[in-house]
Formats: sequence, structure tokens, C-alpha cells
Amino acid sequence: MTETQIVTVADPVVQVENLNFFYGNAKALHNIGLDFPRNQVTALIGPSGCGKSTLLRCINRMNDLVDTARVEGSILLDGMEINTPTMDVIELRRRVGMVFQKSNPFPKSIYENVIYGMRIAGIGDKATLDETVERSLKSAALWDEVKDRLHESALGLSGGQMQRLCIARAIAVNPEVVLMDEPCSALDPKSTARVEELIADLRDRYTIIIVTHNMQQAARVSDYTAFLFEGILIEFGETKNLFVKPKNKQTEDYITGRFG
Amino acid sequence: MTLHIVREIEKLKKRLLTLSAMVEESYQRSIAALERRDAALAQQVIDADTDVDQMEVDLEEECLKVLALHQPVANDLRFIVSLLKINNDLERIADLAVNIAERALDLMKLERIPMPFDFANMSQKVYAMVKKSLDALVHFDQGLARQVIALDDEVDELHHQTYGLVMAQIRQNPDHLEALICYLVISRYLERIADQTTNIAEDVLYMIEGKIFRHIL
Repeated sequence: MTETQIVTVADPVVQVENLNFFYGNAKALHNIGLDFPRNQVTALIGPSGCGKSTLLRCINRMNDLVDTARVEGSILLDGMEINTPTMDVIELRRRVGMVFQKSNPFPKSIYENVIYGMRIAGIGDKATLDETVERSLKSAALWDEVKDRLHESALGLSGGQMQRLCIARAIAVNPEVVLMDEPCSALDPKSTARVEELIADLRDRYTIIIVTHNMQQAARVSDYTAFLFEGILIEFGETKNLFVKPKNKQTEDYITGRFG
Repeated sequence: MTLHIVREIEKLKKRLLTLSAMVEESYQRSIAALERRDAALAQQVIDADTDVDQMEVDLEEECLKVLALHQPVANDLRFIVSLLKINNDLERIADLAVNIAERALDLMKLERIPMPFDFANMSQKVYAMVKKSLDALVHFDQGLARQVIALDDEVDELHHQTYGLVMAQIRQNPDHLEALICYLVISRYLERIADQTTNIAEDVLYMIEGKIFRHIL
């Protein structure tokens, strides 16, 4: 058995306990136990297929969309179990937003993209919507670039702008947690730097959990890092410790590129 | 396939070994020059220092290059950061060997007197520290590093004794004041070399264990 949790987190917002996850007969996550600290950035790292995206998607039950998926164990959001039949999954996904690897704006205007969640929720008051658009785009550091063309198609934005629009859309509905699955992997270095800056700014209001293949990015943006390998949580700790003095040899081999 | 950083670290290690060998040689020669009153050998130590200095600068530049280009983490990071510091310590040891060689030359110009302290014992202890600290570094050996740190107290004590012995000699033979002061200063250089090897040992422990031992052990 590995040391699943080395660090105790004072104020966890998401608590994962004894989590096992299966795709059909294949077990993708083995007995994961991990607390995600509130208003901090936690990076999930590990080689392809280690289960980090699966773990991320468990947190807002995105895996429900996979037919053969089965989950055992517990995930608490603010102390409430999310894996219950009575859980309102739509509400869960409002509280736990998500940003994907490939930006996925809807083929609508910039404005409509941001307020999509509110429209679905039946909010139609123009003043509220306008205010939300401005606040969200400002938070996503996109406002100045798009404020004069809010009603133009979102598909005319650059890749970096589209990704920031998706972040604006995620935070428009005031989530507690934002999940990011390799949000910069399709961006150039300058856009990557802007999104990384944005992550640092958003930390004050949201808890961010980010999956990244870029080790330097994990080191730069996160406060805590969890290293997974073959569905097992190998090491979890403060990023500043994990990247200077990892406790586990496998972690060391992975972050120094000596794996396999 | 060998990773770039692995190759770079191997290159740094080779340079470090070369520098270590040069410093060890300077030390041994300075001691022999003093014991044998060999002016030519003392001069060799002084002349070799330019090469040591150049080696130190080159090694530092290589470390900075690897930091900038490879952004090492974990044990790689600790190795390179330790190397940057150990590099300075090694260069200082060579400087102190030069100082000993210079005092050896001074002594050759003066009337020969018996050494006021057990120079052989002290210089051998310090040599053991130089050797062990370099071996600890090359072999990542915590045990050797801790031995070096323990030996430092013994050398400090020997230097303290030298002070008393030299004072007594000065009172007895005021005519030999200059030579006696030379020996006192040499004892001080040996004590400083021991301190530098202790620094190296502490950095070796940091490299291996990831904890900063300075001011603790």
C-alpha cells in the first residue's frame, strides 16, 4: 500500500475517500483518498492513462456519460456525498465547473456563450445578464479584448481567447470548484501564460483542480500536487515540497523524466 | 535513449571530479612543500591556482546553463544547486593551499625552527576531511559526510591548542617571532580548510536528504 495522503488539508472542499473506478471490468482508479483544499490550486500529474482525467471527471460526475463506468467509494463536496441517486447532477455541475483541453465555445455570440448557463436556468433579466457577462469576462481577463464585439460569434476568437471564454462561461454561474483538463495544451506560450496568470487570479474565489502534462506548468501554477500512476495515488503534497524533495522514488523518477 | 539532463549531469560530474583532483593535489603539495622546505613545489601550488580558478568559473557557467535550459527538479535540482556551492568551497580550499605554500616560502627565508605544534597530525586530519568530503560527494555517501562534520570539532580543538603552544614559544623564544606567527597562521589555514570540507559535507547531505543541515550539526 502506498502513502496515499501525506499532507492533511485544513479546509477541504472536495474529499475523495476510498474511491474505486471501473470502465467495465477495467479498474481505472484504486482506492484513492485525497482532500482538495479550498481556494487553492491542485495539480494532478502522471503519465497518460494514469487515471488523472478520470479522477477529475469523477468530481462533477462527468463519467456518468460513459455507459460502462462504475464508481465505488465516496466523494464529498462541502461534506455532501455526490454519488447518490438523489444528487441533482445539473446543480452539481453548476457548483463544479469544467474547462476542457480543446476550447469548446458554442456557435453563438460571445455574450450568449457566457450566459448560457443562466439562460438554461431560466434567468432572462437583461441587467443581470449584462452584469454577469462583464464580471465573468473581466475575471477571465478577456473583457478588454472583446467588449466592443460581444454580439459577434465566439468562433471568430483566437484559440487563447476561446479558452478564456470557456473559463468565463464556467465561472459565470458562480461555481465553487473549477476543473481544468489540460487547459493550455492547445495554446501558444503567450496564451498559456495568460491562462496561467488567470488561474492565479481565480484562486481567491474558486478552488481549482487542474490536470496537466506539463510538469513546469504544474510547478508554476499549483499549490498542491497529486501524482498518480496506474490508477494509484502515489504522492500528494505541497507543490514546493514535491518538486524539490519528493518522498516517493516513483514521483522523483516521473518529475525528473526518468520514468520507465 | 539517454535524457539530455542525464548527459548534462554526467558532464558536470566529470568536471567536478577534475576540479576535486586538482584541489586535492594542491593541498597535498602545499603540505609537502612546507614539510620538505621545497620552494619549487610551493611555487607549483601557486601557479596551478589560475587553472583552478578557471575551472571554477567554467563549472559555474555549466551549472547555470543546465538550470536555464533544463529546469531541473527534485534530485537533479538539489544536485546542481549543491554543486554551485561546493564549487565555491573547492576553489576556497585551493586558495588556502596557496596561502600555505606562500607561508612555506616565507619560512624558507627564515632560520629553521622546530614546528611549534603537531603539524603532521593536524594536516593529516584535514587531509582525511578533504578526502572524505570529496568521496562523500562522488559516491553520495551520507555516512562519510557525517564523519567529516564530526572531525571538524577535532580540528578546531587542535587549532585552539596550537594557539596556546605558539604563545608559549613566543614568550620563550621572542627571536623566532616571525616564524612562529607563520606557523600560527598555517594552523589557522588548516582549520579554515576543515571548515570548507564541512560545508561540502553539509551540502552533500542536503543533496541526498533534501534537508538543510547548516547551523544544526
